[in-house]
Amino acid sequence: MIETKSNITQTLLDQLQENAPKVDFMPDTEIISAIRYLEEKGIPNNKHEDYKYCNLEAVLRKEFKSVEQSFNELTNADIAPLKLDEAINLVVVNGNYNEALSEKMIVKGLTVKSLNELSASEKILLSSQAKSDTDALIALNAAFTGNGLFLKIETGNIIPMPLHVIYVNSGSSNIVSNTRSFIHIGASADVTLVESFFNIGTGKVFSNFVSEKFVGENAKLTCHTFQNEGALSYSVNTNQVKINKYSNYSNTTMTLSGELVRNNHNVVLADSNCEAHLNGLFISNGTQQIDNHTLIDHQMPHCESNELYKGIAKDKSIGTFNGKIFVRKDAQKTNAYQSSKNILMSDDAIINTKPQLEIYADDVKCSHGTSTGKIDTEALFYLKARGIGEESARKLLLQAFAQELIDKIEIPSLQERVLHLFEKAL
Amino acid sequence: MISIKNLHASIGDKEILRGINLEVKAGEVHAIMGPNGSGKSTLSSVLAGREDYNVTEGEVTFNGKNLLELSPEDRAREGLFLAFQYPVEIPGVSNVNFLRTAVNEIRKYHGQEEMPAKDFLALVKEKSKLVELDAKLASRSVNEGFSGGEKKRNEIFQMAMLNPKLAILDETDSGLDIDALRIVATGVNKLKSKDNATIVITHYQRLLDYIVPDFVHILYKGRIVKSGGKELALEMEAKGYDEIKAQFERIES
Ligand SMILES: Nc1ncnc2c1ncn2[C@@H]1O[C@H](COP(=O)(O)OP(=O)(O)OP(=O)(O)O)[C@@H](O)[C@H]1O
Ligand SMILES: [Mg+2]
Repeated sequence: MIETKSNITQTLLDQLQENAPKVDFMPDTEIISAIRYLEEKGIPNNKHEDYKYCNLEAVLRKEFKSVEQSFNELTNADIAPLKLDEAINLVVVNGNYNEALSEKMIVKGLTVKSLNELSASEKILLSSQAKSDTDALIALNAAFTGNGLFLKIETGNIIPMPLHVIYVNSGSSNIVSNTRSFIHIGASADVTLVESFFNIGTGKVFSNFVSEKFVGENAKLTCHTFQNEGALSYSVNTNQVKINKYSNYSNTTMTLSGELVRNNHNVVLADSNCEAHLNGLFISNGTQQIDNHTLIDHQMPHCESNELYKGIAKDKSIGTFNGKIFVRKDAQKTNAYQSSKNILMSDDAIINTKPQLEIYADDVKCSHGTSTGKIDTEALFYLKARGIGEESARKLLLQAFAQELIDKIEIPSLQERVLHLFEKAL
Repeated sequence: MISIKNLHASIGDKEILRGINLEVKAGEVHAIMGPNGSGKSTLSSVLAGREDYNVTEGEVTFNGKNLLELSPEDRAREGLFLAFQYPVEIPGVSNVNFLRTAVNEIRKYHGQEEMPAKDFLALVKEKSKLVELDAKLASRSVNEGFSGGEKKRNEIFQMAMLNPKLAILDETDSGLDIDALRIVATGVNKLKSKDNATIVITHYQRLLDYIVPDFVHILYKGRIVKSGGKELALEMEAKGYDEIKAQFERIES
C-alpha cells in the first residue's frame, strides 16, 4: 500500500480497535457508521478549511504513529492536588467516570453517574448535538469513547456550590483518550460548572473530548474551562451546546498549557430570548498551538451572544481565533458581538484571526472586531519612567490585558490557580 | 544635580535638539519656555530615556552618573522624574498597584526593603491630600478616563509619592483650571527642598507666579537661545517670541 493520508487515520483506527473500550450507551450502529465516516474523511489536515492552522493529521503522523493505550490507574493522592476547595469534585480518568475518586455529596436535584447508567429516557438527547456523521473528531470520539460522565440538574434546582469535573489523562506511553460528557440542565435550574483538563502521565496524550450540553428553558449554566495539560498533550475539545428559551449560558476558557489545544465551542441558540457568552484567554510559549473555534448559531429572535477572546503569544507559538456567527432568517432582533484581541510577544509568534458572520435576518445588531499587536510601547515607557523595570512593566501590562477575563472567574480558588499559572507563564 | 552639554538628538534623520547646554543645581528652579515645536518635550523625553530618539552628540551628567547610559527605569530610580505633557492611559493597571510597584522597585534598587502595605497606604493618603486628588482616582486604572486636569494632578501626585531629586514638569499647567493650578503649584512648592531641583516647562507666566524660577531659558529650534532671571518670562509674555525668532534667524543665515 502507498502511504496516503487516510493511511494515518487507518493506522490509528487499527491500533485503537485492538482494545477499544466497551460501552453500553453507544449503539453499535453508531460506532460502525462513525468508523466508516472516519475511514472516508480521515483526520483533518491543513487542507480542511476549519483546520487550516491546526493540522491534526500531521500531529498524529509525527507524535502518535504508535499508540499503546497504556493507561495508568490513579489514586486519591494523584487527584488531591487537582481538586478545588469550594466545589464538589468529580473525576473522569482516561475517559471513564471514576466514582471512587469523586466526592459524594447529596445535593437536591443533582444526578451524577456514568454514561453506561443512563436510563432510556435520559438517552434520548444523547448524540443529538454531537453527530458523528458531521465531524471526524466527534466520530473518533463516538467510535472509541470511554464510559464518560452524565450530569443532570433537575428542573427548578439551584445548585449551591460549583461542580468541578476533573478530566485527567494518564498513560505511561502514547495514548489516545476519548472522553465524553453529557450535561443536562433542567428548566429554571442554575449551576456553575468547572471543567478542568490535566495530563499527569509520562506519555504523550492525544485527548479527544466531546461534551454535549443542554440548557433548559429559563435555566442558567455558568461554565469555566480550565486547560493545563502540559507539554505532552495534544487535545481537541468539542463542546456542542444547545440552549433554550430565556436561558443563559456562559463559558470562559482559560488555556494555560498544552502543546496543541484546539477548542471547538459550538452553541445553538434554539429558541427566543436566550443569551450565550463565550470568553477565552490563552497564553502560549515555545511551539505551542492554541486554536479557538467558536460557532454561534442564532436560530430564533430576541437572543444575544457575546464573545471575547484574548491571547498572548510568545516565542514561536501560534494562536488562532475563528469565530463564526450565523443569524438565521427567523432570528430577528439578534444582538451578536464578537471581539478578539491578541498580543504578540515575539517576532516569531503568529496570531490568526477570522471572524465569519453569516446573517440572513434583516433586523439585527452584529459587530465584530479583532486586533493583534505588540505590547503598548507608550504605556511601557510610562511605567519605566516611574522606576518599574522592563520585566515588571511587561507583566503589569499583560496582567491588565488579561484582567477582564480573569475577573470572569467567580470561584476564588480557581481564579487563584489561573492567576498563579498565568503569572508563571508571563 | 544635572549638567547637560552640547546635547543633540534626532528622530529618524530629523535633528530636533541641536546643542543644548544647561546646568541645574540642587535647590534651583529652572523654567524653560519657547514656541510650539521648539523641542521642549523632546528634551524631557530624551532625559527620561525614551528610546525613539537618538542622541547623536553631547553628554548629560546626573548626580555624577552618565545619565545617557542608564535605562529609563534606572534614571527614575536615580531620582529623575518626568511629569508627562500627555500622561498615558493604562487600562487595567490600578494607580495604587502601579505606584506600589514603582515605590518598591525604587527601594529595591537602593537596597531597601519593600515598604510595608500600611505605610504605603498612609503615604498614598498623605500625598493625595497634597494635590487634593480624589481618593477614588487612586484606585482607578492609571489615567483611564481621567479628565485633562485630573491627569496632570495625578502626575504631581506620583511625583510626591516618588520624591525625586530632579523633577521635570512638562506643561503641567496646561489643562488645569485656576484653582487646580494653585493647588498643583502649591503641592510642587511643598515638595521643594535645598536637595532637589525642578525644571518647569511652560508657556505661561501664571504658573511662574506660583513656582518662582531662579532661571528662565528660551528654547528655540532645539537650542537655548536666551537665558535670564524670572523677569525674562514676564518679558516673553509681554513681547512674544518674534524678536528672538528674528534674531535667531539672522544668526542662522
Ligand atoms: N516622534 C516624532 N516623530 C517626528 N517628529 C517628532 C517626533 N517627536 C517630536 N517631533 C518633532 O520635533 C519637534 C519638537 O517637538 P516637541 O514635542 O519637543 O516640541 P515642544 O517644544 O514640546 O512643543 P509644544 O510647546 O507644542 O509642546 C516638533 O517639530 C515635532 O513635530
Ligand atoms: Mg511639548
